[in-house]
Amino acid sequence: MARLTTPPNLLTMTLGGAVRWAQTRSMWPATFGLACCAIEMMSTGAAHNDIARFGMEVFRASPRQADLMIVAGRVSQKMAPVLRQVYDQMADPKWVISMGACASSGGMFNNYALVQGVDHVVPVDVYIPGCPPGPQSLIHGILTLQDQIVDGALAR
Amino acid sequence: MSEMASDQESEGEVHPLVVESRPLPKATVLASLIEPFDDAAWELSFGQDVVVLPRAQLRDFAAAAKAAGFEMCVDVTAVDHHRARRERFELVVNLVSQRHGMRLRIRLIIPADDPTVPSLVSIYPGTNFFEREVFDMFGISFDDHPDMTRILMPDDWQGHPLRKDFGVGSVPVQFKESHQVT
Amino acid sequence: MVDERTERGTTELWVSGTEEPDWLVAGTDEGAQLMQKEETVERTIEQRGTRVIDDFVIDDSIDSDERMVVNMGPQHPSTHGVLRLHLELEGEIVRKVKPIIGYLHTGMEKTAEELTFLQGPTNVTRMDYLAPLHNELVFSLAVEKLLGIEMPPRAQAIRILMTELNRISSHLVAAATNGLDIGAISMMFYGVREREMILAFLEKVTGLRMNHNFIRPGGVAADLPDGWQDDIAGILDRMPEALVEYDQMLRYNHIWRGRTVDVAILTEQEALAYGITGPTLRATGCEWDLRKSEPYSGIEQYEFDIVTASNGDAYDRYRVRMDEIAQSLRIIEQVANTMPLGDYKADDAKVVPPPRKRIDESMEALIHHFKIYTEGFKVPEGETYVAIESPRGELGCYLVSDGGSKPLRMHIRAPSFANLQALPIMMVDSMLADTIAAIASIDPVMGDVDR
Repeated sequence: MARLTTPPNLLTMTLGGAVRWAQTRSMWPATFGLACCAIEMMSTGAAHNDIARFGMEVFRASPRQADLMIVAGRVSQKMAPVLRQVYDQMADPKWVISMGACASSGGMFNNYALVQGVDHVVPVDVYIPGCPPGPQSLIHGILTLQDQIVDGALAR
Repeated sequence: MSEMASDQESEGEVHPLVVESRPLPKATVLASLIEPFDDAAWELSFGQDVVVLPRAQLRDFAAAAKAAGFEMCVDVTAVDHHRARRERFELVVNLVSQRHGMRLRIRLIIPADDPTVPSLVSIYPGTNFFEREVFDMFGISFDDHPDMTRILMPDDWQGHPLRKDFGVGSVPVQFKESHQVT
Repeated sequence: MVDERTERGTTELWVSGTEEPDWLVAGTDEGAQLMQKEETVERTIEQRGTRVIDDFVIDDSIDSDERMVVNMGPQHPSTHGVLRLHLELEGEIVRKVKPIIGYLHTGMEKTAEELTFLQGPTNVTRMDYLAPLHNELVFSLAVEKLLGIEMPPRAQAIRILMTELNRISSHLVAAATNGLDIGAISMMFYGVREREMILAFLEKVTGLRMNHNFIRPGGVAADLPDGWQDDIAGILDRMPEALVEYDQMLRYNHIWRGRTVDVAILTEQEALAYGITGPTLRATGCEWDLRKSEPYSGIEQYEFDIVTASNGDAYDRYRVRMDEIAQSLRIIEQVANTMPLGDYKADDAKVVPPPRKRIDESMEALIHHFKIYTEGFKVPEGETYVAIESPRGELGCYLVSDGGSKPLRMHIRAPSFANLQALPIMMVDSMLADTIAAIASIDPVMGDVDR
């Protein structure tokens, strides 16, 4: 995939392109840790797999200040309204990453308690497989999202 | 277990003069705890002490157990023997004695038409959450419980999920068309 | 208490019924003044944070209108997941706490009834996701108890090795998140740094960083890989240095002690009454560790001490966890030095699938393999309760089999679930800011609470 590690050329880029590039470079995630994946999200933020390399180390507790919601873990029927409310409280532009098998599809728990995929509740931009996905997978998912935003596929 | 208890009762009716000596555990703490409760049946299950009680005696027995040195009640749970037994539910209470280094399990048979049990919260306050969980999951309600509400499921949930006649609730897996990521 | 304050040179305290000094009136809003008029000297001291009392008597004389109800969570960074607290406040003092849980309820006990005994560890490992190997171990021990099979010594030693490593990584996360919540963010980076080292070893052995599905009924999934001794030696080399670093950073740190000493005190009687186990119980001075009192998987052969503290506050709970890491390292060193040779699975063809090599050679092995993985093995009728010491306390598995290949009922006695009941007791009449320290100090894992 085309990975835009350098800023676009100042002379030839469009204003939209500049905005999209700027959006990706300081994308603040909301802390929406739910289950096992939240621990891997924490490790991604901590020393070994420093997420600050992508301008994302500022995990915001308040949804008002966040651009990206990483749904890390299984979403229960009881949690789904809360999740939707947090999503609604986030300011535009906003993106959602569904991290892990449970958030993406219910995972191995096809039962009464879980929402079978968080895309029943909020629109999802990137799905990350794995149970739980390692920090590398999460970083790959984030880079995929950033690429798609720069390319214009997910520009808001 | 219910069969065993009824066997003992019927034998008692046939020979009213013969005093049936109940099996009692070797440990004196347990034996002296169980002996005053005539309807309590003791058994060994894989080397673990189990007492089967009628449910009216649960609170008395628990109080006696606490006095005998069982300081902790670590677990309260239930089992649903739907269609396998006429008296469908079984309540399981796990007690621990640190002083004697012992565990004791209490089992109660609970019929389906009247699933109520005396609450142990006044004796072991730690059973609060466990009893609420049993109520939530099995619909067994506890008398004199301070807060008999659902704990894990949403308050407006219908049904009790761990009953055997409550389905798993699985939805058929559907694969959606997803766009290709290059 | 009054004398103590005057000795320290502070201004004299205002006593109810006397004229209000200027410092009390100035800078407070109207509501706070009203509340303070009914205050006693005792309560003024509490409100100023100089002393936290721990009697859980709620003063009912105060009108409920003066109480403010604050909902904390379920989406809150310091609630270790999706815990929701219903706090009743008077000013900044917490009068009543009610934990509201279930936001991560996954229905695992129902799912367990749909999975065979061999598939069971896949399910239970996702409950307490910081100590997945303990969950697998307790489920496997329960199944093996019903089956009546004995484990070979090497399988037992591998189990102890892996669970003790897992205990270290879990305690490291507990310390890391404890630091993160209170504001010592460096601890987060330090703790996760060492945890990555242990996870690297777990990944090498099991193939996954978490949710391993490594310990199964009938043994473990695979033997230890080549060169595991070097990795263990590396961990044993590094961890004592790391513990010294943590101690330098937190144990003797004035800010850390100020935030945790005498905060959220739990007494031994309360802990026993509420069924609280693990480091939270041991911090109250109660010497109760299932590894000593009810040894499992041959842990009685190894030498270690039960770590206790006396005060029962948040600081002691942190200290007990850190010292338990040192004890776990002792166990790991002994296991690594005395790792027995032999088989890592039980010798029971009905339970343990045949080795991969045999499948190519023997028709019977292929049939056995197919039967075990599709239909599962049958477990004799019966019920049992097995408990082990997880990093959070007594982790029990109550397993009922009706003679089939799937459990009739599988119940996990979750330590966090019971330990969470301590929160209302330890939080009553303490400061709001201490709620965070209290939650972090009992180290609840919401996946374990809600299952």
